[in-house]
This record gives sequence, C-alpha cells and structure tokens, in this order.
Amino acid sequence: MDEVLIGSVLASTLRVTTPLLFAALAGLLSERSGVVDIGLEGKMLSAAFAAAAVASVSHSTALGLLAAIAVAIAMSMIHGFATVTHRGDQVVSGVALNMVAAGLTVVLGIAWFAQGGQTPPIEAAQRITGLLPQWAEPVPGSWFASVIGHGLLSHNALVYLAFALVAVVWFFLERTRPGLRLRAVGENPAMVDAAGVSVPRLRYTALALNGILCGLGGAYLTLAQNASFSPNMTAGRGFIALAAMIFGKWKPVPTLCACLLFGFLDAVAIRLQGVSLPGIGEVPVQFIQALPYLLTVVLLAGFIGQAIAPKALSKPYVKER
Amino acid sequence: MSSQALQMPRWMDLVLLPLWNLLIALAVAGGVVLLIGASPVQALTVLLDGALGSARGLGYTLYYTTTFIFTGLAVAVAFHGGLFNIGGEGQATLGGIGVALLSLWLAPKLPGIVMIPLAIVAAALLGMLWAAVPGYLQAWRGSHVVITTIMFNFLAAGLNGYLLVNWLRPAGSMSVESDAFADSARMPAVHEVLAKLGIEWPSSPLNLSILLALAACVFVWWFLWKSRAGYVLRAVGSNPAAAHYAGIRPRWQVLAAMGLSGALAGLVGVNEIAGVQGKLTLDFVAGAGFTGIAVALMGRNHPVGIVLASLLFGTLYQGGVEVSFDVPGFSREMVVTVQGLIVLFAGAMAMVSAPMFAKLHGAFARKQRAAEGKSHG
Repeated sequence: MDEVLIGSVLASTLRVTTPLLFAALAGLLSERSGVVDIGLEGKMLSAAFAAAAVASVSHSTALGLLAAIAVAIAMSMIHGFATVTHRGDQVVSGVALNMVAAGLTVVLGIAWFAQGGQTPPIEAAQRITGLLPQWAEPVPGSWFASVIGHGLLSHNALVYLAFALVAVVWFFLERTRPGLRLRAVGENPAMVDAAGVSVPRLRYTALALNGILCGLGGAYLTLAQNASFSPNMTAGRGFIALAAMIFGKWKPVPTLCACLLFGFLDAVAIRLQGVSLPGIGEVPVQFIQALPYLLTVVLLAGFIGQAIAPKALSKPYVKER
Repeated sequence: MSSQALQMPRWMDLVLLPLWNLLIALAVAGGVVLLIGASPVQALTVLLDGALGSARGLGYTLYYTTTFIFTGLAVAVAFHGGLFNIGGEGQATLGGIGVALLSLWLAPKLPGIVMIPLAIVAAALLGMLWAAVPGYLQAWRGSHVVITTIMFNFLAAGLNGYLLVNWLRPAGSMSVESDAFADSARMPAVHEVLAKLGIEWPSSPLNLSILLALAACVFVWWFLWKSRAGYVLRAVGSNPAAAHYAGIRPRWQVLAAMGLSGALAGLVGVNEIAGVQGKLTLDFVAGAGFTGIAVALMGRNHPVGIVLASLLFGTLYQGGVEVSFDVPGFSREMVVTVQGLIVLFAGAMAMVSAPMFAKLHGAFARKQRAAEGKSHG
C-alpha cells in the first residue's frame, strides 16, 4: 500500500502546487520590478471566474484560457495605472483589486448564471485533463505505475507548464538583457532611467507578464482542478503564493521549493486529520494549514536565513527634472 | 515632486477631491448594476430606504457602523504612526476570542457590571497582542508589517477554527460555535435599554458598543492631537529620522502605534461577540477589517471623517442586504464590489484627478486676480 500512498501524495502535491507556482512566479516578476503585488488573490479569482464563465458558455477551452489571461492582464494594467503612472500606494491598490474581484465575481456569477454564484459545470470535453489517462489512479502493487506513472506523469499540460516556467523565468531574469533591466528597475530605478531605459515601460511589462501568469493560475483552478467556479474559490491561495515568493527570497528556484513545500503541506493536511504521528501525537489540521504563514513570518523575522526584498519595492519612481 | 503643480486650497483637498473620487466609484458601481440588468436608481432607492427609512433598518445600519468605526480607527492610528495595518481582520478575531474565553470562564460567576468591562479589556488586550507582534517584528527584526499582518490574519482564522473545533464546541454539536454565554456577558442591546426607559424601538443588533465606539473616537482624537504620546507617534509617522534626531525612539513608537491599532480592532469582538452573537462563531469579522481600510481612506484618517465614512459603509452594508432581497439578480456582494471600487478610486487612484482640480483652481485664481487687477486699474 506504500506505493499507493506515496504516489497519490506526490500527485496531489504537484496538483495543488501548480496554481501556487503560477501566482508566485507572477508575483516574483512584478515585485522584482519594484511593484508590490498584494492583488495576486484577486487576479487569480477573476481569472478563474472568466475562464469558467467563458468556457462553459462558448464550449471552448482556448477562449476560456484567453479570457482568464485577458482579465488578469487588465487588472494588472489597472494596478499599473494607479501605482506606476499615478504613483498611488501599491498595497492599497492591491487590496482594492482583491475586494473588487471578491465582489464582482459573485455579483456577475449570480446575475448571469443564477446558481448562487457558481458557474455552470464545464463539460468534460472542455476540461484540461491528464495527458496519460491510464495512470489517473495509482496502481496497487506496482511502484512504477503508482509513483512515476500516477505521481509524476499523470498530470495535465498546465502542471508541466507551471514547472517549466520556473526555468523560463529564471533564464529570463538571469540570462537576458530585458530580465537584467527588470531586476535593475526593482533595485535602482534611477540608474535604469539614467541609462535611457523607461522605468514605467519596464514595470508595465513586468505587470503584463504577471497578468499572463495569474491568468494561467486562475484558469487552472476552474478548467483543470475543478469543473466550475464557486465564490471565493481561491481561498487564500494568492496569499500563500505571496508567502511562497517571499519564502523563496524573490528567486525562481527557491520559490519553486517553497511552493512545493506549501503544496505538500496542503496535500497531507487532510490525510493527517485524526492520525496520530509517532512521537508527536495528533497534529491539528489547522496547524498544518497555518504552517505556510507561520514559516513565512519566522523567515521574514530573520530567524531562519534572511529574506531581502528588492530595494525599490513599493517605492514609486519619480523622474528627476 | 510635482508639488508646485498641485496647489489647491485645503477644502478642495479635504472635501471636494474625496467626494469626487467617491462619485467616480459610485458611477462605476452604477455601471455594474446596469450591466447585470438592474436599475441603478431603483437599487439606490431601495438601498437608502432599507438602511435609513425605518427605525429597524437604522438600527442595523448603526450596528454595522459601530464595527466599521473600530476597524477604521485601527487603520487610522497605524497610519499616523507611518504603518499600514491590514491585520484588522485578525486582530478583531482575537478580540472576539478574548471576549469569548473570558465570558465562558467568568460570566456565570460575575454580574454584568463587572463582566462587560472585563470583556472589553480582554478584547482590547488580545487585539493589541496580535498587532504588537507584527509591530515588534517590523521595528526590531525588519520584517514588513504589511506582509506580517496578512499572515497574522490567516493565523488568527486558523486559531479561531482550532479553538472552536477542538475545545469550545459542545460535545455532539454539529455547528462550529461555542456554548452561549451567560446573560451577564451580553452587551445590552439598544432596544432593550430603551424599553426599560419606556421608549419603543424595534429589535436590531445595535447594542451599547456604539457608545464605546464613539468614546474610542474621542479618545483617538485626544490621543493623536492633544497628548504628548500622540504627538510623538505622529512625529515618527511623518519622519522617523527627524523624530529619532529629536530624541524619540522610533521602534517603541512603531510598537505603540500597532498596539493601539490592534486594541481598537479588537473591540470589534465586543460589538460582534458580546453584543450580537452571545457565543464565539467562525468568521464573525466577515471582512470588517478590510472595510476599515476603506473607512480610514474615505475618512482621511480623522475620527470625524471615520464616523461619517462608517455611516456611509454601514448604510451600504445594511441597504445592500435589503436590495438583494428586493431586486432580482442582485446580490449583496455588490457591496464588497463598491467597497473595492471606493478603495481603488479614493485610495490607490486618489491623486489621479488632483492635477485637474489644481488646474481648475489655478485658472480660477488667475481669473480672479485679473478681475481684481482690472478693478484696481
């Protein structure tokens, strides 16, 4: 039975890590350019709603994905307009986007579909499903089929895309010229400006990329993980992603590790309910669920290593005259 | 900065600009109402009538107002200390936990006259503690208070769930809530008090916590603008380096600002748990901590403004419920949307329209000067 347990924990860890990873990478791009993004939660929620609403009405997965990305980018642009162009408070803007998303998704959902805020279920044909259906369930007695097959290879394309994007974001930030500029604008925008590169344009670019990733993360929730939208279905994932990004010290690979850790905690939390661990006893499920937040607070306080934010984070850039 | 471009009189900055931003937010909200096929005029009529048109509706409105005054003051005090406290939600939760634990323990033994003040102190103390930890971590350990308070919101929700599920839920009960408190732990409802005085008033959740909220407003005003400690706190908020140079220790002021802020947010527990529920429940704060941000923004972080803004949001919340009953296809989440739009337009985009007003004022002032010049010549 061990192979079934390990295989299914591995599989569910990867499944719940995926939306965290999309959102955390989105936050990473925005924050490395110097723009705080508290609004990850709201953008994912809106994208999830857009994907579900459009996919269930148009019967097209591609249109659902596009709608999710478009909505998330639009919200990023509002964030940019308020904070980059008009130098408004980045935290306030993010809080506002979260509120608008939490309210508007339900208002529109009830008005359009009259199902208490839920969207109609998305048909099986439009759902993004696992690439290898023969491994959809772990196989008792076969370690290969359970752990490698079900655990690692049974997932849908978005899961692999999320993990591949870690490498892409790393390469972009560390090995390309626009990536270097993006990092520079988060550390020292005056220098970037002096070098003749537009600070607002770089930050808007980062926010647009952030929107694409938030859109994918939101679409994953309704097109792959669940079959419809329900009110407040992100349930704090945007904030866990924010925590993971901070826990990963604003760097892609450590952020991946943090997302995997938090995803693993989420995957085992339900399984550990009522189970007595040897030497520890029964761990309350609320404690495991709270662990990502607790770990982030402890890390930020400098008790385990140090998390140093980009220097110009949250500071609006004022061009010298 | 472009400060020379943005010269406008105080009344424009304090009154006209916030009202203008509020108007834009409401206009966008009206657009949303149109989009879902309802009539904005009808919605607004039902909203105002439901919130202010009857004594019962007014009672509900003032009950919401009470909670929002507490969370609005909490955000404002932290703001004057140069901090953004988004942890009102968690601090209010802890306040409620404080009220509940003390009431379950002592209420059977103590009369109300002793119990209620103790519950108020417990709410303030636990709220203070829950905000002081992020304050300490910001001042001494360098972690950012915004992130820490967000994390503490989730930790508070987890703690509340854990206490209710594992300790406070009566054995065999299906619903996740504690036993009801003894009567001495109940904050008297306004309609009960009025009935004793011989005045008829329909029953509503409005309770004497509203007097506590108004007292808190007076205290915050006195503290920030009349007391030495408040002066020191505001000095650190506007310029920590200068304050440090003047012999003030900024770290302790960060702790004090967060502590007071958390204590105010914690008092939500008195209104919701001792005043209305009479038992500890899950998620009784229901977003009021975040509404506090909108209230403080609209109220310009001043107690008078906060009372007015709390009334506005109290009206929206109570009226929103009525609209969702009366107007088909309309849900009360519209209120959350409006709240978000207000934070967006009156907070994050507060200065978008400022140059326009400054220009208008500039043109007006020039014309006036020209007219004066003519009359002299």
